[in-house]
Amino acid sequence: MPPPPEAKAADGKPRPRPRPRRLRAFGAPISTAEFIGIAAAVFAGLAFAWTAVTALGWVEPLFLPSPMRVILRFNELAASGKLADDTLISVYRITFGFLISTLFALPIGILIGCYRTWEGGIEPLVDFIRYMPVVAFVPLTILWTGTGDVQKFLIIWIGTFFQQVLLVMDNVKAVPRDFVNLGRTLEMSEPKILLRIVLPSAMPAIWDSMRISLGWAWTWLVVAELVAATSGIGYRITTAQRFFQTDTIFAYLLLLGVLGLATDQAMKLAHRRLFRYLQAR
Amino acid sequence: MAPPKLVIRGLGKSYRTERGELVALAGVDLDVGENEFVALVGTSGCGKSTLLSIVAGLESMDHGVVTIDDEPIVAPGLDRGVVFQTYTLLPWLTAEGNVAFALAAAGCKPSDVRAIAREQLALVGLDGFEAAYPNELSGGMKQRVAIARALSYRPRMLLMDEPFGALDALTRHHMQELLTRIWERHRLTVLFITHDVEEAVYLSDRVAVMSNRPGRIKTLVPIDLARPRRYELLSTPEFQRLHRAVLDSIREESIQVAQLGRALER
Repeated sequence: MPPPPEAKAADGKPRPRPRPRRLRAFGAPISTAEFIGIAAAVFAGLAFAWTAVTALGWVEPLFLPSPMRVILRFNELAASGKLADDTLISVYRITFGFLISTLFALPIGILIGCYRTWEGGIEPLVDFIRYMPVVAFVPLTILWTGTGDVQKFLIIWIGTFFQQVLLVMDNVKAVPRDFVNLGRTLEMSEPKILLRIVLPSAMPAIWDSMRISLGWAWTWLVVAELVAATSGIGYRITTAQRFFQTDTIFAYLLLLGVLGLATDQAMKLAHRRLFRYLQAR
Repeated sequence: MAPPKLVIRGLGKSYRTERGELVALAGVDLDVGENEFVALVGTSGCGKSTLLSIVAGLESMDHGVVTIDDEPIVAPGLDRGVVFQTYTLLPWLTAEGNVAFALAAAGCKPSDVRAIAREQLALVGLDGFEAAYPNELSGGMKQRVAIARALSYRPRMLLMDEPFGALDALTRHHMQELLTRIWERHRLTVLFITHDVEEAVYLSDRVAVMSNRPGRIKTLVPIDLARPRRYELLSTPEFQRLHRAVLDSIREESIQVAQLGRALER
């Protein structure tokens, strides 16, 4: 192919064609297919490395079982129904725990995002508690509520609520000042400005905050189940550790990864659907 | 002569900052007549946007009076349509939805909302874009919707705070022509804030030049250029003369600032 005419310098010599900078340029777009391809390659690479390391006998199977063993174990667990039972109970706990937390965090976050007085009353307190490690609450919550589901809800709540409140507050504060001013010039009442301008405006960002905090909620659920439970994914991981069933631990870890990835993608998809107007067509 | 629509008398405003009191406006006097287009120009930070916010009722004042049709301003209201410098279209509503939003808030009959919204969008040349979301519109189009929205509920006057400030030069010229055309056809009292002297002279009946902080009205330049105005006007000697006069008045202020700066350095 002949070089395009502009590729020639003033002296008539052909200049080297500028290489496409796609890979190196900041934020350069790639297609969905490329994105998925790259992601899949990383997973495949990791799986390959794992297979290689175990097949070559570099690590004791007790510490790192081979992928094949983990898959077999996974199938066994799935066939026995244990996997589904544990997943269901854990999903039930996280759904409730997360919903309760969100139900508290939304109104309070919105309130302190809108009114400085409330912010003064609540924000420093939330910050104070937020820095206490959630794990330290586990013994206390067991003392308070025993080892049932309520304790799991409580741990998820403590771990999630205080973060969510601050995220929602920031989302509400990020609503452009002039949006509120617009409402004022239209003589809208304060509650109307809140409901019809501030909330819809903050909603996409709030949705993202919920998506991010759901990931944390998973962590707290497993922490709670690891310490004191008689069912659930975390419980199964602890018992497997007691019997040196590393393959079971890995099977459940992979399950957690898949569940997390799936919910995150679902939330992202919902975001695109709910807030279609954000995409320029 | 008819009494002025907007009367500003002895307007003062100061802010408390960490470094003490900052006087933004001191003794601003300005009248805007019925259906008059007045542009307010000044160096950045002279308090012109503060002045507009006070007239809009979005900010309080410390001294003085502001009245529209002899009624003092105490709060924002539907009698003043505001076009903001930032894009304030609600992103979850279409162009038509944004105009309809304002109409509904203004208590327009629900059965009339759609027709009026479409009519207003046509006025700013956006027929065919009713169903477009703000993210699909260019900066100029967004401000056109904002103008349509502010005009839709028939306010008694229009307040515009550097509405074309964020636009590129070419789009800005289009918007100025569009605004002039609409204004010449429909006539409305307008207070227009800008730092673009050419824009101020082209659009307005009078240009008010603000002094540096503390802001007050320094000079009033009547723009006695014939209407309808078209863009060719910019190259005429009359336009150049007025442009020059306003510019000189502002330049005095900038020079003062520079001298003050040098004096402080010594």
